[in-house]
Amino acid sequence: MRSLSLLPLLMLVAGSALAQSPTYGLGRTPTAEEIRAWDISISPAGDELPPGRGTPEEGALVYQRKRCGTCHGPEGEGGRADRLVKRESGSAADPWAWGRVLPIRAPYATVVWDYINRGMPLNREGTLTADEVYALTAYLLYINDVIAEDQVLDAESLPQIEMPNRETWAELPDWKPGMPRLQGYPY
Amino acid sequence: MGSTRPGRRGFLKGGAALAGGLTMGAVEPALGQTLGSGPLGYIKGTDELIAYGERSRFVTSVRIQHPPGGRPSPDGFGLVFHVATPLQDSVGVITPSSLHFVGTTRGSFMPDIDPQEHRLMIHGMVDRPLTFTMEDLKRLPSVTRTHFIECAGNSSRSDRRTAQETHGMTSCAEWTGVPLSVLLEEAGVQDGAPWIVCEGTEEVKGSSSIPMAKAMEDCLVAYGMNGEDLRAQQGFPLRLMVPGFEGIFHTKYLRRIKVVDRYYMTYNDYGHLTQDPDAAALGYQIGPKSVITYPSGGQELPGRGFYEISGLAWSGGGAIRRVEVSTDGGQSWSDAEIKGTADRMAHARFGFSWNWNGQATELQSRCTDELGQVQPSRAQVAEFFEVPLGPSFRVPGRDNSIQPWRVASDGSVHNAIA
Repeated sequence: MRSLSLLPLLMLVAGSALAQSPTYGLGRTPTAEEIRAWDISISPAGDELPPGRGTPEEGALVYQRKRCGTCHGPEGEGGRADRLVKRESGSAADPWAWGRVLPIRAPYATVVWDYINRGMPLNREGTLTADEVYALTAYLLYINDVIAEDQVLDAESLPQIEMPNRETWAELPDWKPGMPRLQGYPY
Repeated sequence: MGSTRPGRRGFLKGGAALAGGLTMGAVEPALGQTLGSGPLGYIKGTDELIAYGERSRFVTSVRIQHPPGGRPSPDGFGLVFHVATPLQDSVGVITPSSLHFVGTTRGSFMPDIDPQEHRLMIHGMVDRPLTFTMEDLKRLPSVTRTHFIECAGNSSRSDRRTAQETHGMTSCAEWTGVPLSVLLEEAGVQDGAPWIVCEGTEEVKGSSSIPMAKAMEDCLVAYGMNGEDLRAQQGFPLRLMVPGFEGIFHTKYLRRIKVVDRYYMTYNDYGHLTQDPDAAALGYQIGPKSVITYPSGGQELPGRGFYEISGLAWSGGGAIRRVEVSTDGGQSWSDAEIKGTADRMAHARFGFSWNWNGQATELQSRCTDELGQVQPSRAQVAEFFEVPLGPSFRVPGRDNSIQPWRVASDGSVHNAIA
């Protein structure tokens, strides 16, 4: 009885301090180095981009050296894997008419960098250096007329690239529990 | 044991003939039906059968690549892309783990993960970054829930023949794990963090952005499936369940959750991009959807008479409240019976009693979920968006339209999408 009667008082005293405390105390705190080793996410703002640099010209060499063309075609088209250069058939003013081509449809250049870094080359994922990823990104943006031939990409310049699709994609509605998919849509 | 005794079959045949004679007039026996021959033999126990059972050799239902004629699984490299569940053979609501559909980001090998070495890291905008072992996770309070997962590419077309080809990229299982909200609260989410980014361990480290509101509402970090550990093709040892959202969000081989300040536009997110706000809103969470699995395309009705029409209904918006069936091509509708409990974001099994008069007709089902969303016909969707309903019409967002099956007078069943 005595301990129970103390409980409300204890909760009052400890309440504010303990509100954010773990309940179960399981798991372990990773070191900063462990987090760095695993954290390959890249924000559209580029916060996590590592040091390094690359140009379109260097990227063309990496594209050859890593044999990207074996799957993607010698110049980003005609291979078995995804096309990497925009289709010229569509309207010159409409990025959505250029096909589902990552280095032109992605709203942010960070998406291109992130995917090359995490997912390429097939079966050797994660083996490219930061410089190689910057260079390949620069090459792909150059052959899609997004950046100039002499543009240097690094952690600072990459997030600032104005991708043609930056403003033209539809944002998802704020998700809330119990929310129908589309207001006014009965289905 | 193990052999068929000569004479046994003849004896049973004689019995069948006798029984048939006695009941003549009471019930008309189906043409050619006998009492059957009994077991073909008796199978000895083996160590394998005792250790991990297997189904009868007469049950041959299997998964197939999706879509038919599309990218094969496995492909020449051994990559698995999309594999569809044989819904036309399903009973109840649980998809057997061996038959659960498989979807991968871009074609994937299956990570061979030692669970002792697997870790889940939670970091980013949290007060206490944490890594959990599988043992840590299994010590935490668990929940068990039944949920469907449906791939965004699960859409019917006129050239798909069976329920497996039209709807096989959805499955439903019982999942066990820890609520994601528990793990996020252990880490202490900071203010101004409306999104999380989840990442798997496969080669491409598939990654999706998920709203924090959904993460805290009902997401599950699951290690169990249908009463055992996750299957390797389903993300062993750990996957994220995002109930009611498209399959791609249900991150397999989950290794990392980063709490972030904005939509991260991962490669998976990029794959969903559209410029149409309506289509964007209609992606993401699965709409109310149902399909008749019996009778369905490719099956044959042996003759006129009684059938229980059977099918599945589900919605990303919650529980199924109502299923209706039409046996006249959508002209009239009657309520079907929902079997058992209809769980939230789970397949519900429905049944509908039907006497087939032997004439050609068309069967349809439609469902209503707890939000009042009603499954539409393709024509209703086209009318709503004021676009023509032709063969090239695609339902915006994710296709949840009514599947019509045409029953021909010979009893054969066909996809009735024009």
